[in-house]
Amino acid sequence: MSTGITKRIIACLDVTHGRVVKGVQFVDLIDAGDPAELAQLHAASGADEIVLLDITATSDERPILIDVVRRTARRLFVPFTVGGGVRSLDDASALFDAGADKISINSAAIKNPEIITRIAERFGSQAVIVAVDAKRKPAPADGTVAAEVYLAGGRTATGHDATAWAREAESRGAGEILLTSMDCDGTRNGFDCGLTAAVATAVNIPVIASGGAGTGRHFVDVFKEGCADAALAASIFHFGIHDVRELKAELQREGIPVRLPC
Amino acid sequence: MITLIDYKAGNLTSVRKAFTFLGQESMVTEDPEVVRSSEALVLPGVGHFCTTERLATSGVRDAVLEAIARGTPFLGICVGMQWQFEGSTEAPETKGLALFEGPCERFKTELKVPHVGWNRIRRTSSGAASRLLRDVPDDSFVYFTHSYRAPVVEGVVAVTDYDETFAACVERENVFGVQFHPEKSGDTGLRILKNFCEYAAERSTR
Repeated sequence: MSTGITKRIIACLDVTHGRVVKGVQFVDLIDAGDPAELAQLHAASGADEIVLLDITATSDERPILIDVVRRTARRLFVPFTVGGGVRSLDDASALFDAGADKISINSAAIKNPEIITRIAERFGSQAVIVAVDAKRKPAPADGTVAAEVYLAGGRTATGHDATAWAREAESRGAGEILLTSMDCDGTRNGFDCGLTAAVATAVNIPVIASGGAGTGRHFVDVFKEGCADAALAASIFHFGIHDVRELKAELQREGIPVRLPC
Repeated sequence: MITLIDYKAGNLTSVRKAFTFLGQESMVTEDPEVVRSSEALVLPGVGHFCTTERLATSGVRDAVLEAIARGTPFLGICVGMQWQFEGSTEAPETKGLALFEGPCERFKTELKVPHVGWNRIRRTSSGAASRLLRDVPDDSFVYFTHSYRAPVVEGVVAVTDYDETFAACVERENVFGVQFHPEKSGDTGLRILKNFCEYAAERSTR
């Protein structure tokens, strides 16, 4: 019997001060438009989910922009994840109330892992994504993959091993892992398939691969070699560089199950 | 007017905003008396089956059963659908409504659990006349997120495959249930919610 489930293509909106921006590794930001409009556009063009990340909420030490979330959620009828600056159960509650279906936590989960459990117990594990930003370390002699977790923005090393941390997040109640390769992010040279496969096979919850998407082939690779359950990209979906439906047709030709027609 | 039953499991925002988008008025309650006098009832829900215990202690369970017996349209979503079965091995002490036979059980598969993402639904032989699935073609994609699944028994009008075949939609007279999240399933999901609204409107004008 077929597994039936399809591989998800997730469009990510990097938002700062209420506007979607694009840039390479969070520098040279260019205005890409209104979050609500772009979310609609991506959903209409076949994206399976939308993620909105407030990329400066943590560094600015301010709460996420609730009214932007509310406005974006209003007419969006695919799963909608919001991340950036979620520090407490109250932050999460406010986002769910504004229309988020899932929240993504990163820095706060590292600093205070109990928050994963607290949000999962209140809203269910399906609503909690733990974002893991990882950077490769020199490969161990045994041929395994070693990567270290960094805090949002990728400037602070935490000493945590990416795979071990993903496992811990799962055991604490995370419903999905959003794994971003700091090495590949912004390069458009492809996902880190080795790292993705290492994490995706170590946990029994879905792993969303992120960082490095540049071509359709990269998505094929991350689903086949990387064993990813979903793949996320931001910049390639903006400015009409990549049509999600076209991307899905390519994946389907390669034998990867996708939601098509959509 | 559609009444959404609040039992403090997850949030109702998404379901409510889908009804608003469809031009359907809705309200939220946890009061058994309001449930009894409602025109149509929706029980959304995510999370653990034990959260439905609250419905029994608050008196909402009895109110829902009375309303169903009187013909009030009732839609259960996700755990709301599972509650319409006898129970779930997720919380063996918590009783379901037993409107459909059998308990819900955890997926028995080597695949990842929870089952998260977009999957297809297809009608069973008894699903051809489904009111809830009117104008929804077989193999339409809908969004799932769950670890426990309901068995394929009498009353199941559509199924989905995830290593095993499980109940995606149930329907018996005025009782409807969906394992997936219609409020998150794009146009297909909106169509299903609209079908429920239309059924509820027909009932209330009779």
